[in-house]
Amino acid sequence: MAHIAVEEGVPGIRSLALFRPETGVHLYELAQVLLREPSPLTPAERELIATHVSARNNCMFCMSSHAAAARELFNENSNVVDCVIENKPTPLLSDKMKALLNIAGKVQQSGKAVTQKDIDDAKAHGANDRDIHDTVLIAATFSMFNRYVDGLATLTPTDPKEYEPMGKRLATVGYVTPKKASN
Amino acid sequence: MAHIDLPEGLPGIRGPMAFRPETAKPLNEFAEILLRSDNSLSRADREMIGTYVSYLNDCFFCQNAHGGLAQHYMKCDMPFIDNVKANPEAAPIPEKLKALLAIAGSVQKGGKHVTQAQVDRAKSLGATDIEIHDTVLISAAFCMFNRYVDGLGTSAPQDRMFYVNRAPARAEEGYANYNPYS
Repeated sequence: MAHIAVEEGVPGIRSLALFRPETGVHLYELAQVLLREPSPLTPAERELIATHVSARNNCMFCMSSHAAAARELFNENSNVVDCVIENKPTPLLSDKMKALLNIAGKVQQSGKAVTQKDIDDAKAHGANDRDIHDTVLIAATFSMFNRYVDGLATLTPTDPKEYEPMGKRLATVGYVTPKKASN
Repeated sequence: MAHIDLPEGLPGIRGPMAFRPETAKPLNEFAEILLRSDNSLSRADREMIGTYVSYLNDCFFCQNAHGGLAQHYMKCDMPFIDNVKANPEAAPIPEKLKALLAIAGSVQKGGKHVTQAQVDRAKSLGATDIEIHDTVLISAAFCMFNRYVDGLGTSAPQDRMFYVNRAPARAEEGYANYNPYS
């Protein structure tokens, strides 16, 4: 059971955005700008970074929902998502994405863990300043979302099937603040 | 030097916010609500939580920028803030704030570190669900801000009085109208 009285049956961050809409609206706007609006990284790549960080933070809700979104967005290459979660090598991952995922993994530990070599590797494989900025901010943002969702012990569905519609929704309509009336 | 080419002369989070105003806007609107809007937790308490988490994350810029604000709101001196950071349980602060800082400290390690006993303690000292929610979210938010600032290798003035001296103007300015160039 959650640590605070959120609406029953509503999972993860949705229950928190309904509990505290004043902060929820800005968090959903941040997610939409960061993960969907124009960036040199595709929405699929950005969801993959979010999935990687959530997996490393052991946040089952965020990992499963963003993995589902990433699988939708990668289409026939959806296997790359499972390879990243399980830390398996895959030809579906470019050297540039590998370097950016490495930076995201460092940010997950601590901002200070990112080294000049991590940055140089990413730049050597074609990453520009925007790629690096967006990678760091996505990793930082999910270091927040993961703690928010688990720190309040929100409902986490255990059946993987329950995340598929969430993934479809995130892939098609993006991040829309949940509202009580439309639930 | 920062890891990416940021506008020059802007310390800490100012550089990344000037680099990418599209994400700065929701981040600042979020900070305004979380740290400044009407709340049963005072602005001092909320800045203190942000300062403590930034200290645990060893983020020099954030712990001093927000420590300066906490000091300004509490009308105390720098050693007082430093004592709270180093050992909240031993500091002369209300028991409820100690309980909330304990929750914030667990969130800093990872969301799953928050225990039922910590939540029960805060509630027994009068913390409401909204206060517990806001404590967790403030701590989580600073785990983001700290990583954003340090993950891009931004620079920070080393003179701690720089932050204390700026705090009154920052408290006046707020976050919603935050101008990274000012």
